[in-house]
Parts: sequence; C-alpha cells; structure tokens
Amino acid sequence: MNLSEAGTLEFMWGILPELLKGLEVTLQLTVTSLIAGLVLAVPVSMVRTYTKGPLNWLATAYVELFRGTPLLLQLFIVYYGLTETGIVLDRFFSAWLALTLNSAAYQSEYIRGAILAVSEGQLTAARAVGMRTIQAFRWVVFPQALRLALPAWSNEVAYMVKYVSVVFMIAVQELFSRGQGIISKYFRLWPTIIEVALIYIVVVYVITRGMDYVEHRFRIPGLETRTARREA
Amino acid sequence: MAGPILRVENIHKAYGKTEVLRGVSFEVAPGEVVVIIGPSGTGKSTLLRCINQLTPPDQGRVWLEDVEITDKRTDINKAREHIGMVFQDFNLFTHLTAIQNVMLALTKVKRMSPAEARAKAMLEMEKVGLVDKAGLYPAELSGGQKQRAAIARSLAMDPKVMLFDEPTSALDPELIGEVLEVMKTLAGEGMTMLVVSHEMGFAREVSDRIIFLENGAISEDGPPERFFTNPKNARTREFLGKLTELYGNHGGPRGGRRKT
Repeated sequence: MNLSEAGTLEFMWGILPELLKGLEVTLQLTVTSLIAGLVLAVPVSMVRTYTKGPLNWLATAYVELFRGTPLLLQLFIVYYGLTETGIVLDRFFSAWLALTLNSAAYQSEYIRGAILAVSEGQLTAARAVGMRTIQAFRWVVFPQALRLALPAWSNEVAYMVKYVSVVFMIAVQELFSRGQGIISKYFRLWPTIIEVALIYIVVVYVITRGMDYVEHRFRIPGLETRTARREA
Repeated sequence: MAGPILRVENIHKAYGKTEVLRGVSFEVAPGEVVVIIGPSGTGKSTLLRCINQLTPPDQGRVWLEDVEITDKRTDINKAREHIGMVFQDFNLFTHLTAIQNVMLALTKVKRMSPAEARAKAMLEMEKVGLVDKAGLYPAELSGGQKQRAAIARSLAMDPKVMLFDEPTSALDPELIGEVLEVMKTLAGEGMTMLVVSHEMGFAREVSDRIIFLENGAISEDGPPERFFTNPKNARTREFLGKLTELYGNHGGPRGGRRKT
C-alpha cells in the first residue's frame, strides 16, 4: 500500500501500527521512571522532612535543581553532557534516567507535603504504645501520607505520559518521535498530528479513570483530600 | 505493703525561659487512682508526658516499679509498653479501623500473630463496649466511641499504669458519661491510674487521692474528702470556688448526673 497516495482514513489506519510501537516505548518509559522515581522520592522526602545538616542540604539542592530547570535541559545534560565527560549512555537509558530524576524530585515534594499533613498526634500515639520512631513512621505516618499524596500522584502519572515526548530530542522512538518520522516521510501533517493527539487523549483518559478507581478503592473515611484534581 | 508502682522525683521542665514544672515529686501505689487537677497552664499534661518521656524532663527521675525510666540505659520503648496513655484528642490512627488500632502495637511491638492479636483486641473492644463498632474507621465513630477505642488500644498492651490526659475535655457533654463509665470500671478492676481531669464528680467518686498542681508545683496532695471539704490552701479553695460558680456545687451537674 502506498501511504503517500492513500485516502485520509486509510492513511491513518496504515500508520497506526507504527504509532502503537511508539506508544509502547512511551508507556515503558512512563511506568519505569515513575516507579524508580517513587523509590528514590521516598528517602528524599524523609531526609527533607526529618533530618538537618548536610544530608538535608543535599536533598534540597537536588529537588530545587530538578524542579528549577527544564526537563529538556536535564535530558541534554544526561545524554550529551555525560558523553563529553566520557560516560556514554544508551539513548533509552539516558531518557529513562533523566525522566526518573526529574519525576523523583516532584514526587518527593508530594510525599513531603503529605507527611507534613499527617498530624503530630499520630506519631505521638504510636510512640506512646512503645513503637520505635521508624516503626511509627512505617506503620502509621507513611501509610497515611501515601493516601494523602495519591491525588497529586495521579496527576504525575498523567503528566508523565506527555512529558516523555521530550525524549524525541535524543531520537528515542516513542510515540511523538514516530509521528515526527511519519510526517517527514509522507509529508502528511494533519492526519498524523490528529492521530497522535487522539492516542494521547485516549491513554491519558484511561489512566485518569484508572487512578480515580484506585483513589476510590483506597478511600478511607477521614483521610480524603480536598484537593481537586487539576486538569492533567 | 508493696512499694510504689510509679515514683516521680523532683521533675523540672522548662520551655525556653518559661518554667512549666518546678520540682514535682509523688508516688502512686499499685491499684491507686490519682487525679491531678489545677488551673490550665500549670503543666498537668507536661507532667504526664514527662512520665513516659514523650517530653523528656530537664531534671528529675521517674521509676516504674524498680526500673528507672529516666536512666539513659533503659529501653524507653520497652518501658512505654507498660505505661498506657490516653489523649485529649484521642489520636486514633486515622487509616486503621477501631480493631486495627488496637491490634497494631500487638503485632508490631508485642510481635503477636494476627490471629492472636485479633482475639486479644476483640477482648478489649468488649471491655469498652465497642464490639459492634470494631470494623469502623475513627472518622465514623462518635467522640465517646473514639476515646473508648483509644482506651482499648492502651489496655491491650496490659499496662502497669494508665495515664489519662484530659480524656473527656474534647467531648460533647452527652458523650462524657460513657468514657467515665469505662474509666470507673477500670478503676474498680484495680488498674493503677493517673488522671488529669476537670471532672470533679469523677475525682470525688473514684479517686483515692487528688493532687492539686499549681504553677508547676504540687500545692495539695490528699484524699478527696479532705480536698473538697477542707482544702488547706487558699488557691485550692479559689479554684474549687470557680468550679462551684460554673457547675453549681462541687460535683456540679456534670459530675452529679453520672452518679449511678
């Protein structure tokens, strides 16, 4: 089939498999960097909340650095900057690393805010029944903080799907890059852009509904957050 | 007679330049119910928190039986297992149901199996009359039910002494009675209790001793009869006078109504 000559709908149908391959990469990056980001965000938020001194400064500097600069710049530093210093990283790995570090900075702030929102009395009561501080955190403060952070975290998931598109700059073949490639190959701008946009809309919609379900599933009376979901 | 179960010696505590406690000493015998009263801001709550070291005192020593809690070598977490504490605003764990609140320390601190912990917790829920509310979250309970669940949570650890920090002060008047009933029953069963409270009815009826704390020091310490009929100290008389103004007589309508 000659896609350059095909009718619009036929063209859109024809490029779908390639776009879906890109979507697969987008979702891989989204999921892996969100999870790795969360794993990194928890200790960072704890250090920021509970410690003073050099470790706290380090964590604060990290968060401010990654929240204060564009993701694109971070990506360039990881991919090109490190190459200059002799550390050569695979494209996909560079993309994943930059996204993870960026997301962890944001996620740590959601968690830190949620930890601070858990009332002091909760920790006091846990200490009073003989729990060590670390146990009180693990079994009382942290589970509540996670529930409280869930709405903000849901937004992060939806943002992430879209932020991943930035990695087309280092030619990782995710959804947006694939669309870009198709456009330069067939010179059919509008059908391609619209199809890429539709795929994003469907995916973000499904994720948002999914996170609504998760929030509902883990709802606990008295631990609801009044934060309205921002438009993702 | 056995020695005191709790001994507090010369406790001092200051916040900045404000001296909250200035040399408080007393003893509590096994099975004794001691009520601490006094004007607000005289360090009653701070005193309780100094006992289980939630607020470490600046100076002074505390013994639970023959263990010195204030000794740096004492495992404070171990000591706290034996000292139950009930708070003014309940502090139930928000993310856990009533029964899970009682079970948590049993599984995590006492290392019981979940089944054992559940059985033990259910027993305590029965004691405070909350079996039918066991599966509800704190937000779904009334204030009185929350406080009874909090009492069950402390009791489950089989404490040697229970500290109550104004357990009814955050409750609506009609909910106070059910909490005081539970406390009365506990006292009747021989639990050693140290209660900070403004409930004069409870103090007069249930306590063995009343301690009047004023400006961070004990100004009166004796049995309730002497305290109410013949206070030694002018400040005590004035304080009781204020309560009389508020409630009509020494027990007051709140205290009086609950006499059964």
